[in-house]
Amino acid sequence: MTDVSRPVTASAPSEAGSAARAHLTPAVALRAVDAAEDTRSGSAVPISTHGLEASYGSVRAVREATLTFTAGRVTAIIGPSGCGKSTLLRCLNRLHETVPSARVRGDVRIGGESIYAAGVNAIAVRRGIGFVAQRPTPFPTMSIRENVVAGLQVLGIRATGSELDDRVEEVLQRTGLWNEVADRLDGNPMSLSGGQQQRLCLARALAPAPRVLLLDEPTAALDPGSTQRIEELVYALRGDVTVVIVTHNMQQAARVSDHTAFMLAGELVEVGPTRLLFTAPVDRRTEAYVTGRFG
Amino acid sequence: MTAPTLPPVAHRRPVRTDVRVDATPARGYGDRVYGVFITTCALAVPALLVLVAAVIARSAWPAIEQVGTELLVGRTWDVPRGQFGALPALLGTLASSLFALLLATPLALGVAIYVTELAPLRLRKPVAFLVDVLAAIPSVVYGLWALYVLVPFLREHAMPFLGETLGLRELALFRGPAYGPSLLAASLVLAIMVLPYIASVAREVLQAVPRAQREAALALGATRWEMVRDAVLPYARSGLVGAVILGLGRALGETMAVTMVIGNRHEVPTSLFQPAYTMASLLANEFAEASGELHLSALMAVAGLLLAITLVVNAIARWLVWRMERRA
Repeated sequence: MTDVSRPVTASAPSEAGSAARAHLTPAVALRAVDAAEDTRSGSAVPISTHGLEASYGSVRAVREATLTFTAGRVTAIIGPSGCGKSTLLRCLNRLHETVPSARVRGDVRIGGESIYAAGVNAIAVRRGIGFVAQRPTPFPTMSIRENVVAGLQVLGIRATGSELDDRVEEVLQRTGLWNEVADRLDGNPMSLSGGQQQRLCLARALAPAPRVLLLDEPTAALDPGSTQRIEELVYALRGDVTVVIVTHNMQQAARVSDHTAFMLAGELVEVGPTRLLFTAPVDRRTEAYVTGRFG
Repeated sequence: MTAPTLPPVAHRRPVRTDVRVDATPARGYGDRVYGVFITTCALAVPALLVLVAAVIARSAWPAIEQVGTELLVGRTWDVPRGQFGALPALLGTLASSLFALLLATPLALGVAIYVTELAPLRLRKPVAFLVDVLAAIPSVVYGLWALYVLVPFLREHAMPFLGETLGLRELALFRGPAYGPSLLAASLVLAIMVLPYIASVAREVLQAVPRAQREAALALGATRWEMVRDAVLPYARSGLVGAVILGLGRALGETMAVTMVIGNRHEVPTSLFQPAYTMASLLANEFAEASGELHLSALMAVAGLLLAITLVVNAIARWLVWRMERRA
């Protein structure tokens, strides 16, 4: 076991001022998506994991992971296939436990509140968190508009038609989809290209104005143009949203993230500011990976 | 021993250009035999359907010529007088099948959703297996059970309860004395018989819904029920319609159990409590003792009608599924 001389915590949760804010209960009114419109700056919340262990059956996918995702910043998780990075991500919104035979130990705190504590409702946790999977997953029987508001609908948000329309336009603008689909909002999402579908899923995740956004290799199946749009959006979200992005692509991690975590075989090897991790890694294994010697 | 070496290039024979090289290699003898055999098998199935239809049409022709549209709209089935009106049996078949579906579909979908979405892992396989076993019980066994258990229960408990206690007697659908053998009894036993088919296909269809779709709904904060309602069922709907139609196809043709409990009264059914008739029961009851050419021919016409209805139902189902898939 190599010693990790740099502490595994990316940065002190100094921006956790509004940590105790009740972000786990769904907002009942529409909250602004855009940071510029949000007068309560710094409403983003930090996420921290404490001795997090996750397994599928007898396979331990994540071992003893302790780290902090800084509020309002983008943290990338990199590592070779099967290293547990997606599993770690899926523990942050309690999605991992929905897989049969999956188990989670340890703790995850969002804004200081444990999301695995007894009495915490997993559904309420997920409602405050946006999630985008590797492959686009629009609901095929809903229209484009219905897809965008699907998240708002499960929240039971009562909004007037024009408020909803505004929100639909707002998030589609942000994801760069508005000009492409404005004339066919009631059309079938399956007629969109893969990149458009993925941006639609991103719009769906952003519509309820989450404070946390989890992206599981969101551009792995996309063309360069769509990839660039999504990266620009992720970059623009910093400030009001805490973003965790799992990626295969080290260039992508370098482009969009403030902090990077490197995982190997279920173990969290090193976490640090992205530039430092790529230029002066502490651990030999990190160095070997970022210089392309394996993975 | 020295390793064999290639002859020098100059000694090789020049490439012949006058020989046409076929893109596909010549097929061996076995391949050809197999090809002919498998094609014959494949063609035999539709050929059989055409043959059956042709034989039925030829045998039914005398009745169609003499009785004409009376077959479709006539209400009297009087063999000695040569009156062959099959409308009561036709309506009985449709009514018993539709009521059976009405009862079986919610149950079957419920079982399928439970087994794929809600049941604890260790319960899923046993429950699915037990439901499938329902399909393995012979029709006549269902008939016997219905005759000795279901019909007496209906006569003594269910029908009085529905008619008197709930006061449904006022509705046309529940009018009449509680005989026991009835359209209701036939529909109930049919519902139990088609349930495993619907449940089994529905289960497969639900299992085929990608996990990513379920997770997309869960990640938005959907409860398990909201996930099923908003993501799983819409995704699977065309397959679910197919499952129900498969059940309808089974119900339309089911003979033995229905014949035993429907009461076999040749009358247009107006109440669930009334004895009724189905085309399949009519055929089963009268074929063995069919007297005279016209009687036999009329029965053949009824058989043709049953075949046609089944084909039409299947065609409608295909069309429904196709339309849904195109919209999705």
